[in-house]
Amino acid sequence: MKRKVLSFKGGIHPTYNKELTKEKEIEKVEAPSIMEIPLVQHIGAPAQPLVKAGDFVKMGQLIGACAGAVSANVHASVSGEVLSVEPKMQTAGMVSTVVIENDGKDERDSGIQGIVSIDKLTTDEIINLIKDAGIVGMGGATFPTHVKLNPPKEHLIDTLIINGAECEPYLTSDYRVMVETPEDIVNGGRVLIKVLGIRKAYIGIEDNKPKAIRAIEQIIQNDETMEVAVLKTKYPQGGEKQLIKAVTSREVPSGKLPSSIGCVVINAGTVAAICKALISGMPLIERVVTVTGVGIKNPKNLLVRLGTPIRQVIEQCGGLAPDCKKLISGGPMMGIAQYTLDNSVTKGTSGILAVMESDDISENESSCIKCARCMDACPMGLMPLKIMQGIKGGHEDEAMEFNVMDCIECGCCSFICPAKRPILQYIRTGKAKMRLKRN
Amino acid sequence: MNTLTVTSSPHVVHHDSVPKIMYRVIIALMPALVASVTVFGIRVIIVLLTSIFACVVTEYLFQIIRKRPVTISDGSAVLTGILLALTLPPNLPLWMTFVGSVIAIALGKQVYGGVGSNIFNPALLGRAFMLITFPVAMTTWTTVDAISSATPLNLLKMQGVSTEYLRLFLVNIGGSLGETSALAILLGGFYLLYSKVIDWRIPFTFVGTTLLMAWIAGSNPVIHLFSGGLLFGAFFMATDMVTTPLTKTGKLIFGIGCGLITGVIRLYGGYPEGVMFSILLMNAFTPLINRYTRPKMYGRVKSNG
Repeated sequence: MKRKVLSFKGGIHPTYNKELTKEKEIEKVEAPSIMEIPLVQHIGAPAQPLVKAGDFVKMGQLIGACAGAVSANVHASVSGEVLSVEPKMQTAGMVSTVVIENDGKDERDSGIQGIVSIDKLTTDEIINLIKDAGIVGMGGATFPTHVKLNPPKEHLIDTLIINGAECEPYLTSDYRVMVETPEDIVNGGRVLIKVLGIRKAYIGIEDNKPKAIRAIEQIIQNDETMEVAVLKTKYPQGGEKQLIKAVTSREVPSGKLPSSIGCVVINAGTVAAICKALISGMPLIERVVTVTGVGIKNPKNLLVRLGTPIRQVIEQCGGLAPDCKKLISGGPMMGIAQYTLDNSVTKGTSGILAVMESDDISENESSCIKCARCMDACPMGLMPLKIMQGIKGGHEDEAMEFNVMDCIECGCCSFICPAKRPILQYIRTGKAKMRLKRN
Repeated sequence: MNTLTVTSSPHVVHHDSVPKIMYRVIIALMPALVASVTVFGIRVIIVLLTSIFACVVTEYLFQIIRKRPVTISDGSAVLTGILLALTLPPNLPLWMTFVGSVIAIALGKQVYGGVGSNIFNPALLGRAFMLITFPVAMTTWTTVDAISSATPLNLLKMQGVSTEYLRLFLVNIGGSLGETSALAILLGGFYLLYSKVIDWRIPFTFVGTTLLMAWIAGSNPVIHLFSGGLLFGAFFMATDMVTTPLTKTGKLIFGIGCGLITGVIRLYGGYPEGVMFSILLMNAFTPLINRYTRPKMYGRVKSNG
């Protein structure tokens, strides 16, 4: 049976390179002796530190408290002594970091207990449990999930979309979770359906992941509340706005939240984490990370404790090739280039990608020849060449006129540009300048 | 210890590049070039080398004087040289070719700031200059034996004589260097479509509109299709990315506009040929077309569902 494959307008087809890790089962990694847990692993206010040097913490113990409307809890991922709580340079910038000397015992916090029956809990109780567990969007944006589940009252939610698109090249962490523990995603989805008080949830998966589609569909065969939405393999299919368009044919109005058109989108790995946290009671202290790229000897999918330095994770995969020139936290399209191996794996680290010089953008930028490929590729229907022209010439108002603020920073324009112009970089600079001006 | 590079995302790029695009167009011109050499002989190569040399040297000197990076290796000046040469009559004196090529790059491209910034198609601007400056030489259509002959369009317009269709399609000896074979032009044109260097919209609407006008006016559309610069202009000149509209709608408007102007000039104007002027005129409208044909943005709909 041929089924309809859903998609959006624009986008690009990069080389996916997922075969490096696609068939590799998730492996558990031993936590190293020193853990560095940043108190900012989410978007929003930094968590307030609850421990100080000399304290003894247990695995799963709350060490940073959610501070403010948009913030998230942070927990100890190992048991041991707190060596220091100090600002350290991390992927997110200079942030307060709890350094723990791992005693290797993995002593569980006594307060942790699994839930026997989720059915008996009220919506608010479930949302509070999700908040307590420190769950944030693990696709990379790290928006606190409990905030998403509490949309403004005037927004009537009718659709949940579980984002299993994983459109970033190289990454296979969500894919492995979908293939290995599809029941976590389905059960987590059922809980969220209850929390949101809706009747239907879609699981969006790209058509280059037939195994994942089959795994999920086998479980939801007789469940009318859940359905797999098969998506065209195209980047950025997993972008929130593009996913909503593909699945529901609705468009999120410019400057509004997805909830304003009745949609909530949650990443597949996050849904599985919600399910695990509710059942086991253990908060979010580990995640699956795809360690890949030609710069890595043995690419793998690893289950890593949060706070493990990237250096240790790479060592688990045979180390870094000597001519590796770039290390990226996340995927190649939206990931953040690292300047050191000392940064920690956090809730948003979906992948660690090591690229060689040959993969790198080394060509120099030349003049725009107005081929309009960036316009065809832009999933937001913008004119990236015009925006860049405005910003480069110092005319921010021109960039505004071409709706620079609607840019989702997916990078399709820079990817496709035959003149190798770093369009997105200019857009980011321009956006930052305009924000400064406004304040 | 690895020294790590830090850059803004994305960290991968598509393999295509500006020189690759330019060289693909040059490859697409090869069939027309071969056809031209077959008909007019080795002199075509000399004309071609003259124009390419003049274009590249002009670009080089301009960039040296303006203290800008020299970009002659991107293939765009070479391409302009080839395009211009293929629009010239066979026996044009070489010095005229040289002057025209210098003008094409200097006034057509470099005064605007170089590749990507020009308003008019440089090759056509150079040709327009030559047509005005050397009107007699530019309209003397000679064959290899230096016998003057009229172009098929000329014959049709002035004497009402139709040339044989098959001969027009395969080899047509009266006309510019690049116009000798419709088949060769189409081969190159379809290669450009196939390799996605050009979009179908401009060439198809351009040719379609011209033929429709010819048909309505009672002129023979087949002769209009296979002779003169229509196919060459539609596939190679009106598809220049720099000087044509950005959006798909814009391209449709551009193509139809070119077709209308070509039709009007060919049918009612003083010249037998109108392709060059139509493209140059529509080039002038391109910024305006771009302004009014913005792409539809995501999230700017009034109702959802």
